[in-house]
This record gives sequence, structure tokens and C-alpha cells, in this order.
Amino acid sequence: MTHFIIPLAIGGILAFGLYKRLDVFSLFLEGAREGMKTAVSILPALIGLMTCVGMFKASGGLDVLTAALTPAARFLHLPPEVIPLTLLRPISGSGALTFFEELLRSFGADSRIGQIASVLMGSTETTFYTLAVYFGAVQIRNTRHTLLCSLAADCTGFILSALFVHLLFG
Amino acid sequence: MENIERENSKICERQESRLSKHSFIRILKNTCRPIIQRKVVPSMMKWIFTGMILLSLVFGICNGQGEALNAAAISSCEKAVTLTLTLGGSICLWSGLMKVAQESGLTEKLARLLSPITRRLFRGVRPESPAMQAITLNLTANLLGLGNAATPLGISAVRELAKEAPPHAKHTATDPMILFVVMNTASLQLIPTTTAVLRLKYGAAEPLDILPAVWIVSLLSLTVGLTLALILNRIFPLESRKRDRR
Repeated sequence: MTHFIIPLAIGGILAFGLYKRLDVFSLFLEGAREGMKTAVSILPALIGLMTCVGMFKASGGLDVLTAALTPAARFLHLPPEVIPLTLLRPISGSGALTFFEELLRSFGADSRIGQIASVLMGSTETTFYTLAVYFGAVQIRNTRHTLLCSLAADCTGFILSALFVHLLFG
Repeated sequence: MENIERENSKICERQESRLSKHSFIRILKNTCRPIIQRKVVPSMMKWIFTGMILLSLVFGICNGQGEALNAAAISSCEKAVTLTLTLGGSICLWSGLMKVAQESGLTEKLARLLSPITRRLFRGVRPESPAMQAITLNLTANLLGLGNAATPLGISAVRELAKEAPPHAKHTATDPMILFVVMNTASLQLIPTTTAVLRLKYGAAEPLDILPAVWIVSLLSLTVGLTLALILNRIFPLESRKRDRR
């Protein structure tokens, strides 16, 4: 069913435009041309971000941070196995997805670790990527307190995932 | 430099007189301002960018991962270009479709439908403005889990918001922009399809049994992010800042 949402949305928008007697195709081209400018404008921010994320992942820094964070995680009833996922989640969408799949494969989807990881994946987003794309598109250099608020939301998500899995699944 | 200091203290005085009733806010502001306003937050991305690269250098040396580090440094920028190209296609597609939807009045209808929520959250944005329409479309795409559509629509939303920004705030995020981006960094998706598919693949009896937990956690973390953003928007308003520092 979810497969039909995007095709339906595209078809619906175009059909409604025709119904309103618009020159749908030239309007589409006009909009798409603006989109091209946008795509180019986010490139610099993405290059910067992906270079530092890529280097950090390659350096093995993730393992070191996981070890450092284990005591805090135990206190919050977050299994240590899930810590790398919480570190990856804000900075790299594909990295987090790969690690999530790895967790499901080794522990099973219905294990406690699998459940916590699933809730965590479902309720958080790739914060840094979102910031880079949206602020990069309008050349914002001073993001004020955006990152602080986003990371606060992410941390809430991490802590509460463990909590609510324990509460709801007993 | 002295000039800037004087200007700053003048601005602070003005602000303080306005907020003098709320002594708690004043105390909080006075303690946090030097840290947040001058040093950390405006240049947060700068510190994270440099910090992460230097950290990975240290870790890379300690872990003996020099080769991998080198490869990552060289190939990551290439990945960014590939991603931009991949993303560029869907940005163009949805920008084009959005143009059609805008001209046909479809976005306005949708904006009116969701306005009870959006109007309260984005107070500074006019309900009928193109910015609000783009915000609504992004919100809809997010709720339906259409990540590919949500990003381009979100980009046009911040572009519209940037047009409404005061002229002295160029290169600085405005209050509605902060709320909008924070909203997008929290997950709004009603049904996390990718997660569900992976759960099914690895033998979950009920792949969607996590839904109640996901909804509660998303809602609570979104509330935390937005509340913090609203509070910080009040405590550190845009007007009180110096013009953009390079």
C-alpha cells in the first residue's frame, strides 16, 4: 500500500493542475530548474560534513567512544551494544542503517537489543545531515541554537527508547 | 573590539529592561549568554567540523588506522558529490511538482488544513505565505514517510523563510528556521517503513509491534526539541545579536 503513495501524489498533483487548466509541463520545468540551483547550493556543506564523518568512522573513534560511554549507558538501561548506533544515528543515515541491520542479524529482531534499536531507529533522524542540507541551501553560517535543540531531542529519543521498550514489552 | 563590547552591553541593557519581570530568565540568561552567544553556539558547526577531524586524526594514530583514514579523507568528498547528484534528481522533481501544486492552489488548501498546528508553532510566519505552504507540504511528506519528497520540500521551505528574514540577519538562522529544522531532525514518520521491513527480514513476529513505543518516543523527543528551541528563541532573540561574524 505504501508503494502507491508517491505515484498517487505525483499523479494527483498533475491531474489537479490540468483540471485547473494550467500548463503543467512548463510549470514543472520552471520549478525543476530552480531545484537544480538548490541541489548545487547544498554541495559545499555536504562535502565538509561527509569528509569529517567519513574520517571519524575510519579512525575507529567509534569504538573508543563506545567504551567511554558504557557506564552511562548501563545507568540508563541502554545495552552497550546499542551505543554505536546512538553515536552513528545523528551523523550518518547509511552508517546507522548498516549497523542496525547488523544488530538485528546478530541478536534477532525480537530480542531486547533488537527492540530498543528498532524504536531508536524509528524515532530519530540524521540530525547533522538535515542541518547541513537545510542551512547549506540558504548559506546560513550562524545556526544559533539549532544544533543544541536537535541534539537534546536526539538524546531524549535515545534514553526514552530504552525506557519505553522496558515499560511496554515488560 | 571595544566598540563591539559597548554595543553588546547596550543591547543587553535594553533586553534586560524588557525582561526584568522574569528574574529567573534573567539569571539564566546572564549565566548562559557568554557561553552560548559569544563562544559556543554561533560557531558550533565550526567546532564540530574541526573537532571531529582532529579527533579522528588522534584516534586514527592510536588505532593504527592511518590507511583507512587516508582513504576516507580522499573518497568522502566524492561520496558527497554522488549524494548531491542522487538527491538532485528528486529535488528537481519535487520542486517542479511543487510549482504545479502551488499554481493550482493545492498547497494553499493543504496549508489551511494543517494550519491549526503550523500557525501555533510558526507564529512569525503568515498563514497564507509561500513559506507556510512549503512547511505544510514538508510536514505532510514527513508524516507519510516520504523522505525523498520531504527533503526537497523542506529546502524550499527554508528558502522561503530566508526571504522573510530581516536584512541584517543574513547568514543567520531566524526563529522559524530553527523551529523548522529542529522539527525535521526529529522523526515525524507515522510508520517507519524501512525499520519495519528490516525487522521482518530478521524474523520479527510482529514487525510493527514497536509502533506505540516509536510514537511516544518521537512525540516526546520532538516536544523536548521544540520546547527548548522556543525557550532559547525567547532568551536569545535574533535582534540582540551582532550582525553576522565571519
